[in-house]
Amino acid sequence: MSNKEGGFRKRKHDSFPHGHKEENDSINFSSSIMTSFKMFQLELDTRHDKYERLVKLSRDITIESKRTIFLLHRITSTSNVEEILAESEVKLDLVRQKIKQVAQELMGEDMHQYHRAISPGLQEYVEAVSFQYFIKTRSLISLEDINRQLIFKEVNKEEERKPSSDSPNNQNDTWNIKVTPVDYLLGVADLTGELMRMCINSVGNGDIDTPFELSQFLCQIYDGFSYIGNTGPYEVSKKLYTLKQSLAKVENACYTLKVRGSEIPKHMLADLFSSKTEIIDQEDGLS
Amino acid sequence: MSVSQMFIALQGVLTADQEIREEIRKVVQALEQTAREILTVLQGVHQSSGFQDIPKKCQKAREHFNTVKIHLASLKTKFPADQYYRFHEHWRFVLQRLVFLAAFVVYLETETLVIREAVTEILGIEAEREKGFHLDIEDYLSGVLTLASELSRLAVNSVTAGDYCRPLRISAFINELDSGFRLLNLKNDSLRKRYDGLKYDVKKIEEVVYDLSIRGLSKTATGGAGEEK
Repeated sequence: MSNKEGGFRKRKHDSFPHGHKEENDSINFSSSIMTSFKMFQLELDTRHDKYERLVKLSRDITIESKRTIFLLHRITSTSNVEEILAESEVKLDLVRQKIKQVAQELMGEDMHQYHRAISPGLQEYVEAVSFQYFIKTRSLISLEDINRQLIFKEVNKEEERKPSSDSPNNQNDTWNIKVTPVDYLLGVADLTGELMRMCINSVGNGDIDTPFELSQFLCQIYDGFSYIGNTGPYEVSKKLYTLKQSLAKVENACYTLKVRGSEIPKHMLADLFSSKTEIIDQEDGLS
Repeated sequence: MSVSQMFIALQGVLTADQEIREEIRKVVQALEQTAREILTVLQGVHQSSGFQDIPKKCQKAREHFNTVKIHLASLKTKFPADQYYRFHEHWRFVLQRLVFLAAFVVYLETETLVIREAVTEILGIEAEREKGFHLDIEDYLSGVLTLASELSRLAVNSVTAGDYCRPLRISAFINELDSGFRLLNLKNDSLRKRYDGLKYDVKKIEEVVYDLSIRGLSKTATGGAGEEK
């Protein structure tokens, strides 16, 4: 009875670190509850550590993808296209190396368990890779094509030795990761924002054809999203609004080009749009 | 492949997804119904008349768990086995509740904490992720935390019913549970929030034990009822 009362008093000191030590002697550390909780501790820590590693990788993927997109925006004329595309390819390969690490982390795991950790990175990667693909081919990269690039085979000799010696039980030396349809859709929705910027930039550079191509392409994507409507998750419907704004900007730009283009000499078109670009950039920065 | 074709394909995927979710929701509803029935059976122990036939109530609850097994078995067939975590949110709540109910039954029967493997056995699911539909560790721990608050209530009510020994045993049990949870490094998530409530259950039970102690009621099983506060 008296030691129960004592237990109560000790409990009052719980908020202080030294309270723990006092309490420990009354708890049998080898009891079955304690042993199983020690195992839970291990299991939860492993899980949290893995989650944190994936979050870090996802951030790196996001940053590198964003840089790739900035790089691709620097394409101004036909002369530097090849050069910049080659450089972006190198950058994207680096991103894919990171994604490979993600795939390795997720090996033997349920991908959806850690999906929240890697989803932002994957979306940004989809945005970057689809932007590059658009510049190259003027069409939309498919989900299958993206996933095909994310199958990693072990080619490096020195790494080849590692898995065979470290873990002989996993014979397959390929890792793959699949971008989910929703991540793909969200990435493509972000892509439209980049395309809008590209459109305005290209007008500034005196390129008259690109805006019309972009307008048509964005229109197709918008139709696609409208077709999906609210069958998709909430995030997709949320993006639809921004998508509509981007489309409107591009369409207005094309409209201005059509109407004023015939009146104003080509070299002055840049002036006409430079003010417009500023406004849009400001809005872009806000969103 | 044209843009519109791509979106048509994606729409198909999304619709299929929604259908799966719809199917899961149906089964989960049935599970929630059974869980409520079990809870009703077990709530009987809080009445003073209920203390006598605890074994009978446990027996009855265990029968209901057979229905749970059937429902969970059908839930398994509703989605691909490797996509457990994709749809986890749908059954997370009910599974935590079932863990609590199973743990409560086992506690009433043996006054021990049910181990994870035993829960999976009662529910008819797998213990490890690799083998299929399993019990997530966080869900198990959440269920155990619910048990703690239920037991603090039981401690109060057992005093009212004149059972002065039970609170002492519950106190020892909850204390051990508390020190078990202290071993865990919890993240700032829902489980952590639930854990933060554990200290109030511990406090409540210790108050009950304290009240019994200063009145010398914990030694003598006789005496007036209604001394729980």
